[in-house]
Amino acid sequence: MPADQYCYLRPGVRELLQEGTLFSRGEKRTTRFSFADALLELGGERQDVVVLNADVSRGMGTYTFADKYPERAFNLGISEQNMIAMAAGMAHSGLVPFVATYAVFATLRGLDMIRNSVCYTRANVKFGCGHAGITPAEDGATHQGQEDLNVMRAMPHMTVIAPADEGSTRSAVRAAAAHVGPVYLSLTKEPLPLLYDDTFPFAIGRAVTVRTGSDATIVANRDMVAQALLAAELAAQEGLSVRVLDCHTVKPLDSDAILRAAAETGAVVTAEDNVLAGGLGSAVAELLIEERPVPLRRIGVPDTFLQSGPYLKLLERYGMSPRHILEAVRTVVKQKAAH
Amino acid sequence: MQNPRPALAELERIAAQVRCDIVRMIHTAGQGHPGGSLSAADILTALYFGVMRIDPARPHWEDRDRFVLSKGHACPAWYAVLMRRGYLGVECLGTLRCLDSLLQGHPDMVKTPGVDMTAGSLGHGLSAALGMALAARITGRDYRTWVIIGDGEMQEGSIWEAALAAPNLKLANLTVILDRNRIQNDDFVERIMPIEPVADKWKAFGWAVHEIDGHDMAAIVDALEGTKSASGPTLILARTVKGKGVSFMENNPYWHGNAPNSEQALAACAEIRAAAGLPEEDNNAC
Repeated sequence: MPADQYCYLRPGVRELLQEGTLFSRGEKRTTRFSFADALLELGGERQDVVVLNADVSRGMGTYTFADKYPERAFNLGISEQNMIAMAAGMAHSGLVPFVATYAVFATLRGLDMIRNSVCYTRANVKFGCGHAGITPAEDGATHQGQEDLNVMRAMPHMTVIAPADEGSTRSAVRAAAAHVGPVYLSLTKEPLPLLYDDTFPFAIGRAVTVRTGSDATIVANRDMVAQALLAAELAAQEGLSVRVLDCHTVKPLDSDAILRAAAETGAVVTAEDNVLAGGLGSAVAELLIEERPVPLRRIGVPDTFLQSGPYLKLLERYGMSPRHILEAVRTVVKQKAAH
Repeated sequence: MQNPRPALAELERIAAQVRCDIVRMIHTAGQGHPGGSLSAADILTALYFGVMRIDPARPHWEDRDRFVLSKGHACPAWYAVLMRRGYLGVECLGTLRCLDSLLQGHPDMVKTPGVDMTAGSLGHGLSAALGMALAARITGRDYRTWVIIGDGEMQEGSIWEAALAAPNLKLANLTVILDRNRIQNDDFVERIMPIEPVADKWKAFGWAVHEIDGHDMAAIVDALEGTKSASGPTLILARTVKGKGVSFMENNPYWHGNAPNSEQALAACAEIRAAAGLPEEDNNAC
């Protein structure tokens, strides 16, 4: 059996992964609330941080900031376009606005404002957007932000981050505040297992190897990192040694880490619960096809809208469960061997 | 720092020069939006030469008044005023829309000194101005924010999101000037998607509304100055003429987005010059 190692995991997580009980028994928290907690801390340290809400401050957890710093929090009602262009104006007047709403509303309803008033002007606006990917599962297709990363990736000057758990989300909020320029944080509705300990080395644009392995690499982000780790355990039971990269920053992509993984393991699977067109898998494929072609399979939302249902059942139904990721790993390992 | 305000006659003379600049810029570029630039020329001149607290030597001065041209396609008027006011060199005049020019086809705050906000996609600038006005309150600064919106632009939904927000946020430091020139890209506003009763709509949203003739310099300066002591956000409903000052462009939707040829540009400048009593040499390039 390969002696693969986990890196930066909290105590007990390895056992839960091996038992396959990470979701049923592990401690979990939705990353939108992790975002709100970090923002509350930041508010005490920086007077220039302001928060803009659009009637989902309860859903985002950012009401806590509004309660504590009412003079720096504004609930603008259900008007994302006005909120985002206002944020640009505030950023250009010396403030650091954090815009908090759900992914579909910010990135699609407000896309024109993100493009022209925020990204084009390099406004120092930060977006914390919950309900990304398929994580608002029971809410159904209208609320599932399954194209947020894809659309944000097409915006020049935007930094795009999709953290995998509570701890890395808190780090991402601090990194976003310290970064000068627009940042998009892709957050979940579904509570995610707490994966990492305090040593997790979060840095914008730096993918983290959270499990070592030599036969193939799974590149995953946001909620799909947990699914990738579960798939790697399933693969280990078949004697396959699978590396897992937490590629939390979709843009700028950590080309070095991905090319190194491709060189060292010779086979790559990407795992996201965004649509396949233009997301993490596309970014990795674009890189590999030009720089180091290796067998590649992409796991993600097919070209369709999903339905309401429990998160894990949706992953299973639409081909994004650990079992599906494992099947993709088997495929690329076979292709590598046939080469 | 702010110079003493020029006399009305001087403001009118500057506005005429700005109009000639607009015609020349758009003629040289072979592209652009003359109609809505000419309709806003008097208001922009009043703002930059008579009303706003600005310092052309310090375009990023933190306490300067902010200006946003939400109807960004009228930027030739803005560029002309910025040149006349000393933010930009006069050599920029012939570079509108050229590669590597400071003067983009629509305003770009990153490239152009004096441009406080990028605009082009309609319905953004008013919201950005709200953000600037709100930021003044949060940061304890006493600058004002001024924004010109178009009447066609009032059809954008986000305008009404901002119209709802500003009075509720009690943004007394915000003045909006509506350039009511009655024409949009395709045709007259009232033939495309009517917006009247304009004043009543803004009043109903909680704004103080003052109607003026947008080409009467004295009325413009008075109205703009008056908003400095307002207790809430103000809308100046400026009744204007699209293409004002060039008779063949006035009230003609064609001139929303078409450039004059050489002959037309010469005739336009001659007409503007004659009406303002400007000497020949001011416009020898036309």
